[in-house]
Amino acid sequence: MKSHDDKGIPHTSPRQSATFTQDVNSDIRRAAATGIYDIRGGGAKRKVPSFDDLLFMGASISRYPLEGYREKCETSVTIGGLHAENPIHLDIPITIAGMSFGALSGPAKEALGRGASAAGTSTTTGDGGMTPEERGHSNKLVYQYLPSRYGMNPDDLRKADAIEIVVGQGAKPGGGGMLLGQKISDRVAHMRNLPKGIDQRSACRHPDWTGPDDLEIKILELREITGWKVPIYVKVAGARPYYDTTLAIKAGADAVVLDGMQGGTAATQDVFIEHVGQPTLAIVRPAVQALQDLGMHRKVQLILSGGIRSGADVAKAMALGADAVAIGTAALIALGDNDPKWEAEYNALGTTAGAYDDWHEGKDPAGITTQDPELMKRFDPIEGGRRLKNYLKVMTLEAQTIARACGKNHLHNLEPEDLVALTMEAAAMAKVPLAGTDWYPGKPGTGF
Amino acid sequence: MQTVDLQELGLRGVNAALHAQAADTNQTVWTIENAKGSHAIACGLDAPIEVTVKGSTGYYCGGMNQQATINIHGSAGPGTGENMMSGKIIIEGDASQYLGATAHGGMIVVKGNASSRCGISMKGVNIVVQGNIGHMSAFMGQSGNLVVCGDAGDALGDSCYEARFFVRGEVKSLGADCEKKEMREEHLTLLQGLLDEAGFDFKAEEFTRYGSARNLYNFDVDNAGAY
Repeated sequence: MKSHDDKGIPHTSPRQSATFTQDVNSDIRRAAATGIYDIRGGGAKRKVPSFDDLLFMGASISRYPLEGYREKCETSVTIGGLHAENPIHLDIPITIAGMSFGALSGPAKEALGRGASAAGTSTTTGDGGMTPEERGHSNKLVYQYLPSRYGMNPDDLRKADAIEIVVGQGAKPGGGGMLLGQKISDRVAHMRNLPKGIDQRSACRHPDWTGPDDLEIKILELREITGWKVPIYVKVAGARPYYDTTLAIKAGADAVVLDGMQGGTAATQDVFIEHVGQPTLAIVRPAVQALQDLGMHRKVQLILSGGIRSGADVAKAMALGADAVAIGTAALIALGDNDPKWEAEYNALGTTAGAYDDWHEGKDPAGITTQDPELMKRFDPIEGGRRLKNYLKVMTLEAQTIARACGKNHLHNLEPEDLVALTMEAAAMAKVPLAGTDWYPGKPGTGF
Repeated sequence: MQTVDLQELGLRGVNAALHAQAADTNQTVWTIENAKGSHAIACGLDAPIEVTVKGSTGYYCGGMNQQATINIHGSAGPGTGENMMSGKIIIEGDASQYLGATAHGGMIVVKGNASSRCGISMKGVNIVVQGNIGHMSAFMGQSGNLVVCGDAGDALGDSCYEARFFVRGEVKSLGADCEKKEMREEHLTLLQGLLDEAGFDFKAEEFTRYGSARNLYNFDVDNAGAY
């Protein structure tokens, strides 16, 4: 590039717009070429305030730590003891979030069940019903009750260890879904009572109830059908966490599953994923506040999801008041999704390992988010299950490491007082002091 | 015959007694008295028993029913027979909204009228209404048959899949991608069978068939204005 013109006058440096970035420009070009919005899977990719903006302080003179590998640090959690005859007891507070058979292959669902069971936790069905592979390999299986009711039947309902009424999903609060025709195999079509090859729309709201008063009656019906035996969770997106949590508890939920905008989806509009919903960090304190205001904290369990990746994230969620977390995207990565070993094939699809998010197209090189029999052969559910178990164990060990360092003999004993925030935003959202101060936005300082 | 008083035994007591009936039970005929609009009466049944509810019912009576026949001697609240798999529900009065929502099988008979969203997202059930039905009925209906001996409200069969609709009277308007269809011999046979099973004295020839135009089955941006 020439630095001067023909008269010797210097050019100014080419300057990229902060508004019209290369990414934005590529979106505009794609829209102009196709006339349709971009559909993709996954959760929000934009940078949002997150658990990375929090730090644990660890023990000091005022608090003493527990000995790593020697002194006990409990991780178990019981979910659903308030109303259900048979609450769920989990060894670790990290559960597997709902992901549908249809979006995922049968072997991938089997692997989730294998890994979760080996690690002592639960897995969850999705929009598309319960498969025998998943039920058979999941010691604890949560059955999602979704607006579409694809595959919903009372026999499977009674086989579930818990029921999760899905109101919303963090990636798309207020949105339904669409499983495109190319992923509708004979088996998927049969389970959903629809012809093969056509797009299958998942409704955005339940067909037979609206609002909190109806929800209370719906919960009553599901309890009557299942004899009041199993816990009933209510899953909401991180839209209005204080009010949604309050209403779910008042409707009679045993647990509230709260999903932030980093939480994934099988497919929806990119604009929806990136511009609707709230970050996981921002939704946990309002939900805990709702539980506390009703005297229900630790009685109705709060399961937090949306971008949970590590034991540090687990510990931070616990410290802010969650009882457990759920992972989805992280579990798929543990199974082998977006693995660089498939880089050449990702390149052929116009992407790269780590960025592949066209899960709805059914071309997943890793053979996980597909119904293509040839691609599915690449995925071994036994090996996948082993990898997920390992990952869950590591997350648990990491969370225990932090808890012991904070002097806690149970992950649930972590508390907001163990945390500081690195940014003003995180301090305001988590209601923990900005590092080096005794203050967070909205709280007057006391001058130590 | 077993007669139980809902107000005395409580909802849990009544449903637990009904759920305890095995496929070969001798106690095949039950009457529930004092329903008083209670919710979730006789939901989740799974035995070939006949249950008569005296009085009107609240939400979700007969929800997820399998095998049982449920007679409602009154009017039925929202979501009656939701997600029913098999069996039969007969409503002597009117039915509120969401009748037979997502129901997979069996038959629901309404001797009066049915409200809005009748048969919403139906997945195989047969619903026969002697009177009229409200707006947005059979929205996203996947399969099964909705028979209306009176009139249908606005947006019948909006975004439907393979469900069939037979209407004897007027249809106020059709929903997106729902169209009038030819009534062939197999449809006349099917419809007459449903009318006979429901016990309604109408002739299949008096009805018009509606169903999906199948234009919205695969997303096409040129159809965006239809949604």
